[in-house]
Amino acid sequence: MSVIIIRNGRVIDPANKRDEIVDLLIIDGKIAPLSQFSDFNSQPEEIDASNLIVAPGLIDMHVHLREPGFGHKETIESGARSAAAGGFTTIVCMPNTSPVADTPSTIAWIKERAAAAACVNVLPTGAISKNISGAELGPIGSLAQAGVVAITDDGHCIQNNELMRRAVEYARMVGVPVLDHCQDYNLVGNGVVHEGYWSTLLGLPGWPSAGEESIVARNILLAGLCDHPIHCQHVSTAGSVRLLREARGRGVKITGEVCPHHIALTDEAIQNFNTNYKMNPPLRAQADVDALLEGIADGTLSILASDHAPHADFEKEVEFDAAPFGIIGLETELGLFLDLLVHKQRKIDIARLIEIYTVEPARLLKINAGTLSTGAPADVTLIDPHLEWTVKIDKFESASRNSPFDGWKLRGRAVRTIVGGRTVWKL
Amino acid sequence: MSTRWSRKDLLGLRELSAEEISFILETTDAFKQVGTREIKKVPALRGKTLVNFFVEPSTRTRTSFELAAFRLSADVINISATTSSLTKGETLKDTARNLEALHADILVLRHSSAGAPQFLGNRLKASVINAGDGAHEHPTQALLDLYTIREKRGKIAGLHVVIIGDILFSRVARSNIFGLVKLGARVTLVGPSTLLPREFEKLGVEVSYKIDNVLPNADVVNLLRIQHERQRKEYFPGIGEYTRFFGLTKERAKLLKPDCLIMHPGPINRGVEIDSEVADGLQSVILDQVTNGLAVRMAVLYLCGGIATT
Repeated sequence: MSVIIIRNGRVIDPANKRDEIVDLLIIDGKIAPLSQFSDFNSQPEEIDASNLIVAPGLIDMHVHLREPGFGHKETIESGARSAAAGGFTTIVCMPNTSPVADTPSTIAWIKERAAAAACVNVLPTGAISKNISGAELGPIGSLAQAGVVAITDDGHCIQNNELMRRAVEYARMVGVPVLDHCQDYNLVGNGVVHEGYWSTLLGLPGWPSAGEESIVARNILLAGLCDHPIHCQHVSTAGSVRLLREARGRGVKITGEVCPHHIALTDEAIQNFNTNYKMNPPLRAQADVDALLEGIADGTLSILASDHAPHADFEKEVEFDAAPFGIIGLETELGLFLDLLVHKQRKIDIARLIEIYTVEPARLLKINAGTLSTGAPADVTLIDPHLEWTVKIDKFESASRNSPFDGWKLRGRAVRTIVGGRTVWKL
Repeated sequence: MSTRWSRKDLLGLRELSAEEISFILETTDAFKQVGTREIKKVPALRGKTLVNFFVEPSTRTRTSFELAAFRLSADVINISATTSSLTKGETLKDTARNLEALHADILVLRHSSAGAPQFLGNRLKASVINAGDGAHEHPTQALLDLYTIREKRGKIAGLHVVIIGDILFSRVARSNIFGLVKLGARVTLVGPSTLLPREFEKLGVEVSYKIDNVLPNADVVNLLRIQHERQRKEYFPGIGEYTRFFGLTKERAKLLKPDCLIMHPGPINRGVEIDSEVADGLQSVILDQVTNGLAVRMAVLYLCGGIATT
């Protein structure tokens, strides 16, 4: 029998509306009531959490682990270590691998690798369309049976509205939500940066806000038509926030997600053509950043995630046009959101931040995680909300280094990550 | 080497001060004079190796750089996209590092991606000269335009320069805007609304869609080629309509002041953006631009090459 007691921490468990300084007991990898503690004679493992927050293990529902197929960028093992170092006990991996995760056998392979090598819980998603080509539906029902928590063509976007409608209708039958990377290919064309002042100045092909907003609007209509959840990934524009706010006000099953880089940076950062500022959707203007902050504050945007997108140095160190989109984020996102949302901008308090990282994704994906209820798996993140630290990419657990945040000084971070009662990472 | 120049690279005009631009133009005066001598060659870059690295096709600019390098007594190699190993999958960085391992001193780069010269300039000890990067900058073209205006009109400050055509995809337009605004010219951009977003006004210039209102007030008109190769079909209805709305026809040319200069970076599409007679007319300085381009490039190679090797 294994017994762990986490002493004197501020336990914030939004699922149970708890926020108090209290001990937390873990027995055999599950949360146990404190009343059971005196029953044991054996010496428990004691963890001192004075001045720390004891939170349910955080969930990042938008991560690229690159396996199978792109192990030179990241593996399920290294990506999971990176998640643990960022305070995440559960991550949801995207299906744009090679082969694409569009068959039950690939899902089974991912689950097998995760069971063997990952130190955190890895939940796969499956593709909406075969080979994420947007042409015909993938085996959504079989993927659901194989254990995907959602379907998505992330990295791509189904352009055919009829196909998307049928995907959402079918997903409703089998009970999985639909996640969408919102990008109208005709409007966006070969755009690589936000269409605005800096694209004009630098002559880089522009990616207009309308290219995202038109698909967000499409998804609102289809979520209403099919009465089934569609989640808009990495929302980046003020217009998308307005559309989502209006639709959610009417009760449409639509949600939106924000990545740290879209509130930490603006398109001004691209002026030196550094490809660590190239992501999709692109960094936007200050007015968009402000709208995202308001959207997080008023609950319009209810999910935070990294869109952790590892790429090797030799892939990123090329001409701006030629570089792949995306940056890694698992090891910086909690620090960035604590620093920017909670401390500097004061848009939400820390309890809401934890709720957004636990209850919200657990509800959307219908997974048994994100709570410290008795009997729940003992996934716990200890957070020091005031610890000042400097981002050092050469210390990252991720196999890749493509982050624009090297050298940033942040306030607040995870200091210990516990999965199923086992400490998988500590500072 | 003068303390007035300290850059090993010429990446664009946006990063240069008005003083630096003026200094290049002054240096150009000296090299232009060299071109009128019986022996047109000086030993300024003797023993130096210049690589013309053109990852996008060009005849005019490449030839001009090549001749400029010859006249400075440099050794020259030309590498174009079809003969480079980029087609075999080698990255730009690796190709350039190989060239540097062969002790190339100056790399003249033409590339279809904006920012490619910055990318190399930050990584190489060799001098990197931007010979046009995507729709970003084409600094030596703008410098020769500035030089030609200064030569013909005696000044740049206070003149009204009108740039007409495909502004959105034009690196020539951007470099000209940066240079002209720094030197005190008034700049108006004219073109179809799809190729001339209002965003350009934030660069300190005026934007107009009515060419006939602008031409009578112009001291210089600079016509840009419609870049078929960069455009998708949606940008404007067709060449015929373009010419009708924005071509410098014989009729329209009558709106110009008699001393207004007509410029074009080439290659010209006769009958599209400019009528044949206008291109060959008395106000046209198109061939003077080509001649001045040689002197400007000699000045740039001399200045940057001198920094890179000291």
